[in-house]
Amino acid sequence: MRFVTGYRDRSKATVLAGAIAGLCEPGRHYKLMEVCGGHTHTIYKHGLEHYLPEAVELVHGPGCPVCVIPMGRVDDAISIARQPDVTLACFGDMVRVPGGKGSFLDAKAAGADVRVVYSPMDALKLAIDEPDRRVVFVAIGFETTAPSTALTVLRAQADHIRNFSVFCNHVTIIPPLKAILDANDVDIDGFIGPGHVSTVVGCRPYLPIAADYGKPLVVSGFEPLDVLQSVYMVMRQLAERRAEVENQYGRVVNWEGNTTAVAVMEQTMEPRPHFEWRGLGSIPFSALKLRPHLAEHDAEELFDIPGVRVADPRACQCGQVLRGQIRPWECRVFGKACTPEKPIGTCMVSSEGACAAYYNFGRLVTPHARPPRARSAAPS
Amino acid sequence: MTSRTRPVRRARELSGAVTLSHGSGGKATHALVETVFLEAFHNPALAALNDGAVLKVAGKDLAFTTDSFVVSPIFFPGGCLGDLAVNGTVNDLAACGAQPLALSAGFVIEEGFPLTELARVVQAMASAARYVGVSVVTGDTKVVEHGKGDGCYVNTSGIGLVDRRATGLSAAAACPGDQDIVSGYIGDHGTAVLLARGELGISAEIASDTAPLNGLVAALLDCVGPKVHALRDATRGGVATVLNEVALASGAAVVLAEDALPVRSEVFGVCEMLGIDPLYVACEGRMVAVVDGDCTDDALRVMRAHPMGRNSAVIGEVRREPVGLVLENTGFGGSRVVDMLVGDPLPRIC
Amino acid sequence: MCLGIPGVITELDGVDTQYAWVDVGGARRRVNVALLTADEVRPGDWVLIHVGFALARIDEEEAQATLRMLEGMASAYTEELAVMAHSTAQADRQRGWPSVPASRSSARSPAERQ
Repeated sequence: MRFVTGYRDRSKATVLAGAIAGLCEPGRHYKLMEVCGGHTHTIYKHGLEHYLPEAVELVHGPGCPVCVIPMGRVDDAISIARQPDVTLACFGDMVRVPGGKGSFLDAKAAGADVRVVYSPMDALKLAIDEPDRRVVFVAIGFETTAPSTALTVLRAQADHIRNFSVFCNHVTIIPPLKAILDANDVDIDGFIGPGHVSTVVGCRPYLPIAADYGKPLVVSGFEPLDVLQSVYMVMRQLAERRAEVENQYGRVVNWEGNTTAVAVMEQTMEPRPHFEWRGLGSIPFSALKLRPHLAEHDAEELFDIPGVRVADPRACQCGQVLRGQIRPWECRVFGKACTPEKPIGTCMVSSEGACAAYYNFGRLVTPHARPPRARSAAPS
Repeated sequence: MTSRTRPVRRARELSGAVTLSHGSGGKATHALVETVFLEAFHNPALAALNDGAVLKVAGKDLAFTTDSFVVSPIFFPGGCLGDLAVNGTVNDLAACGAQPLALSAGFVIEEGFPLTELARVVQAMASAARYVGVSVVTGDTKVVEHGKGDGCYVNTSGIGLVDRRATGLSAAAACPGDQDIVSGYIGDHGTAVLLARGELGISAEIASDTAPLNGLVAALLDCVGPKVHALRDATRGGVATVLNEVALASGAAVVLAEDALPVRSEVFGVCEMLGIDPLYVACEGRMVAVVDGDCTDDALRVMRAHPMGRNSAVIGEVRREPVGLVLENTGFGGSRVVDMLVGDPLPRIC
Repeated sequence: MCLGIPGVITELDGVDTQYAWVDVGGARRRVNVALLTADEVRPGDWVLIHVGFALARIDEEEAQATLRMLEGMASAYTEELAVMAHSTAQADRQRGWPSVPASRSSARSPAERQ
């Protein structure tokens, strides 16, 4: 397949692995965070950890839009779905995410009209086709997805589709990265930057990560060689005592990003003063809501929403996983009470969640090949 | 029949209500079967959890199976509800190593369902049965109120005579060194139906693979006889689910090679777009055969020579460890656990 | 992340200019292309698709440059590296690969690296 097979050549991986090993300074341990769940998926699926020297550890970051949705927002969406004539439209990833009182799938079994769509535009089409229903699209995702929601809302407004609204849960990538760095409880040496978010935001927004925090960041593609190459590029910066933003994924990511996409996002959405992140707590200006001129399409304006903050289940350590403090198998419920079949935490729901990825791809080999290190810091 | 049973999980699964996941053929379905049905109906023939039960009747091995067919839309590229209803039950018998003797047909029809469509469904059943050489010898019809059914549901049951050389067939009989062969491209049916619903706006030239596999199984048994250890008809939950059943029942591991899986480009394209895995997408005319490693070449040759198995491929092998799991080795050297399907495959954004 | 799938534009939608038809391995869908500029939406162009929207045009030259870079590391021949140094991918851009890929590690022979 075009733009895929070339980046899966195993022989080249061995060469990159050797190059990465050559960059390791004796006695130093390197912690690189892959921000994006897509990279986590690639790493486990293709067994990339086996290509890396012991000294290089990959930690999984908060870049899975499903995993970071707090339980309270799931409950809010369900409460909307229970109101008369409402059709809740969402991506397939969302239907099994546990809220405080069950998932969308449970709500559907109890009579709510929940439909899975491929695109926000398909949700708009539902509203056009079924004018008697009040269609609410549960918008999730980083800046990758927000422009699609933005264009859809603008279309609804232009075409006067009054029975279409958006329950906006879009989040932004930079604030959680800063929050993790500010928390200062994980020593991250550098970042593998998210590729598809960067198609929209470009590479500039990461400059403070390099300039202010002194951490190299390399925007990376999603094929196995892309990720290894990006690890190499981060390691090389570290070896050369540089901290810069580099772009490995030039075939898709433009340094300036997609300015049209950023413009429609800004036209339709504004930052929320606060947004609760699953496991990370409240982070200021880390999420987006529809601007007031789109109130007639904003589900938060149209419906009564409990807006109750629901604490994460006590046993669940998703927060520590999302901050890179512990690895999935170190969570006390991993694979026991929490499985993809009966997830407790969101990291187990999305196939890109670190726990689900590890459960499906890595659980056989990783613990033996890389025994989890004893950790002194295990706050609960 | 052995009295070996699986660990029965209960209690935790019995809370709440039935969700669509319980009908997806994956983990939730298995949990439902184990906690509700298996426990209540417990008996040795059922406990084997094969595609059909095998009963000793007057010195002969008789296979008996039943299946209900619910599909939306009722007509789709490559077939319709009627073809599925006949081929599905014929294939369940074939997976027991049996040639069909007779079928029954039960219809649950929604008030308002057009008679012309009902006739088309029934005609398709008749023609599928003729192709196989089996008769529908008994039946039943019920009509439910408008809104209480999705057009038309069909249940078929079938009895068949088990081939003498197939008496040992069981998912539990798979053993290390065996090879897994699938009789053609995977995921065609599920993708064809998904696209036929029209909700995703995707179009591709993909037809359902619905087909009877009794002839293919007969040819395979003629060639390698009892060296076929297990046969599984891959339907809901796809090839991944039947391989998990093999791994669980046999206590061995199934190890797949990602590069060896036969997937049509169009099916791959649809799956890529939606973020779903073809291993979990339904087939309706694909047999997974677990054969002795010694006779893999012969088995593959005879399957490929049969019209229902032209694109057969060896997709993996049975190993001793890790017990009860299905693994897939990626070309890059990674290895993932191919778990049972959790919920229906749905379009993802991540 | 967000699933992003490469697809090739087969034709523009004659009715709604926001849309074009895209092919992924034989599967076709109408995709919203309003986030791209008109000169990025031509039949034969590859785009990255996410939730029914084209997010970016895929740059064939950059794709080739990345692959050549990998080739270059694999063969470790200096002339290969010289080709990379002049590749269009990075000559005048701030982004992309470091300008000289030969580092102390990649300059070693493959045998040493094993």
